[in-house]
Amino acid sequence: MSPLKTIDSKIVHPMDNLLRMERIPHIWCPSCGIGLAVTAFTAALEKAKIDLNKVAIVSGIGCTGRVAGYTKLDSFHTTHGRPIAFGTGIKIGNPEIKVVVFSGDGDLIAIGGNHFIHAARRNIDMLVVCVNNFIYAMTGGQVAPTTPLAAYATTSPYGCVEPPFNIPYLADSSGAVYVARWTTLHIRRLTNSITEALNKRGFSVVEVISPCGMYYSRINKLGDGLDMMKFYHDNAEIRHGEDTKNLGIGFQTKIIVGKFVDRERPTYMDSYNKWLSEIKTEEKLRK
Amino acid sequence: MKANPKDVNTGVYYIDGDVSSGYGALAAGCKFVGGYPITPSTEAFEAVCRRGPLVGAMFIQMEDELGSIASVVGASWAGVKSMTITSGPGFSLMMETIGFGAMLETPFVLLNIQRGGPSTGVPTKTGQADMMQSRWGSHGDYELIAISPDSPQEMFDYTIKAFNLAERYRCPVMIMSDECVGHMTEKVVIPPADEIEVEPRRFYDGPINEYLPFKPDEDLVPPMVKAGDGYKLYITGLIHDERGYSIKNEEYKFIYTKRLVDKIRLNKDKIIELKEEETDDAEVVVVSYGISSRVAVRGIEKAREKGIKVGSLRLVTVWPFPDEKIAELAKTIKAFVVPEINYGQIAFEVERCSHGEANVILVPHGGAGVHNPDDICDAIEYAAKEKKRIEGVIEYKTKLEKLVFEEGYKLHE
Repeated sequence: MSPLKTIDSKIVHPMDNLLRMERIPHIWCPSCGIGLAVTAFTAALEKAKIDLNKVAIVSGIGCTGRVAGYTKLDSFHTTHGRPIAFGTGIKIGNPEIKVVVFSGDGDLIAIGGNHFIHAARRNIDMLVVCVNNFIYAMTGGQVAPTTPLAAYATTSPYGCVEPPFNIPYLADSSGAVYVARWTTLHIRRLTNSITEALNKRGFSVVEVISPCGMYYSRINKLGDGLDMMKFYHDNAEIRHGEDTKNLGIGFQTKIIVGKFVDRERPTYMDSYNKWLSEIKTEEKLRK
Repeated sequence: MKANPKDVNTGVYYIDGDVSSGYGALAAGCKFVGGYPITPSTEAFEAVCRRGPLVGAMFIQMEDELGSIASVVGASWAGVKSMTITSGPGFSLMMETIGFGAMLETPFVLLNIQRGGPSTGVPTKTGQADMMQSRWGSHGDYELIAISPDSPQEMFDYTIKAFNLAERYRCPVMIMSDECVGHMTEKVVIPPADEIEVEPRRFYDGPINEYLPFKPDEDLVPPMVKAGDGYKLYITGLIHDERGYSIKNEEYKFIYTKRLVDKIRLNKDKIIELKEEETDDAEVVVVSYGISSRVAVRGIEKAREKGIKVGSLRLVTVWPFPDEKIAELAKTIKAFVVPEINYGQIAFEVERCSHGEANVILVPHGGAGVHNPDDICDAIEYAAKEKKRIEGVIEYKTKLEKLVFEEGYKLHE
């Protein structure tokens, strides 16, 4: 019998140059969807053909908050709820940088909700990837602003009594120029959406519905990660251009995915610079 | 390095402390201001918004103070000198991210025009009750620098100094001013750019793949890089090693925390600035800062007219605290008199550092006004007469307090 072939340790994974391999293994649980969202993101970075030295990724706190720490870009792991505000500072401090905020639903929509709507209103040139797993997972499964009505969480032990936020509707009505939603099952479409959004100027939001096998599925008895993927397969419906009003998600109801908003609006820096060039001319006139 | 002439509006002005501080920030090379309007600091923010764009400084009015301070830390990592401007309630909201800034060793300046608190307090009137908050407000162990100017001219000068210290030590620097100084209008001389010393950011200049964002130089301060230059930084609010990677073990937590505090503590002598007057043969020394030091001048004068040997120690730098200086003075004098617009914050620091060698008399003030110089004079007189060594901080009863609590103050009149 011939000896086993030695494995060439220099084999490089195509995503290695985009990840901090020295930090792997990551902290995410088996069946978690965040890894898939990161896969889609890194694939999109390559497809979008943008200068990776000019991309800053900003995360907040939570499971998705750890994404910045695994991607090999200028990565910032900030305080809870503040990645959009932090990213606004980076963008204005150096407008050449493409800012990507990669964080969870609790971080962006609850504690950071105010920054989310105001950055959308200002149309800060920024891509927000919001991983929505319907729960606060890092802290052990508490109710989130996205937890569907009647779903269980450790702090809604008798079922969630608060209606959840419809993230695409919130983004759309606040002024985002690009809004899409996919589940972690739609990995190719998600990659395409992120690629498109990376090249879009203005406040773009991509919501990623992701399974949380450890908390959300367990406490609601929905099976493991694979069962959640099957659920997405059977219940996700692609409806591009759907009115964002109709995108609310109930407990185990149909999830409408697709690209809903793609429009043009002057960004914050566009307006600022236009206004600035006008006052500068005025200054000259006065002289 | 000298200031950029474009940034400096050289001339003689009659402006208030807020505006002066705004001009100081721009002269220091500040290129980003993230703010949120709050009385009594708005004039400073407005001044930067008006003049900033003409010298290439960006500003943004964020949706709240949580956002403004986060944007300032972000902009600093994008490579520009940045600042935020606030007062009491806003200052409280910023606390978490101030600690984040200290943890990431981010240079930025925070201008706090203190007002009466707690809560909404007296928005339009003065206070000095945020002094301890500026030192201990955010959770965890860290050290930072706080300075307290007492005139519009100093608001200009010390705002520049604040930026220089922030860049020099890679840490947040607080300008702990107050409503009186902020709204006081006086002559301010803005010198030509070549007379203004500004500290450039200490950028790393070695090979790109050898850069370690938290590897300190000999003075315990690490050089910095900025986002967008290909360094692929990883910056986290978690305890991190020299690479910036999070690390949880006890030993490393110790190493990191120690450096974070030692960076300031061991450089104390270079950071602290004090203004000392006639302390050589003094029997009483008045320790004061901010607006209280302006009021104390008159009190001290009056006491001297009565023949009391009284000196003055003005804390321009409040944090780090001048422990050694206080201890040294305590050995030669009878007592310290500490007038401050609060119920005892810095007075307790003075007591801690005097090691029981001198009495410490607090002249408190509830806020919404400044001390009556007579109170300071009376406290000095009492301090000079008191032969006993009294433990703890002695709270001096001011005229206002007597009026309110002993003679009966009618609320509705």
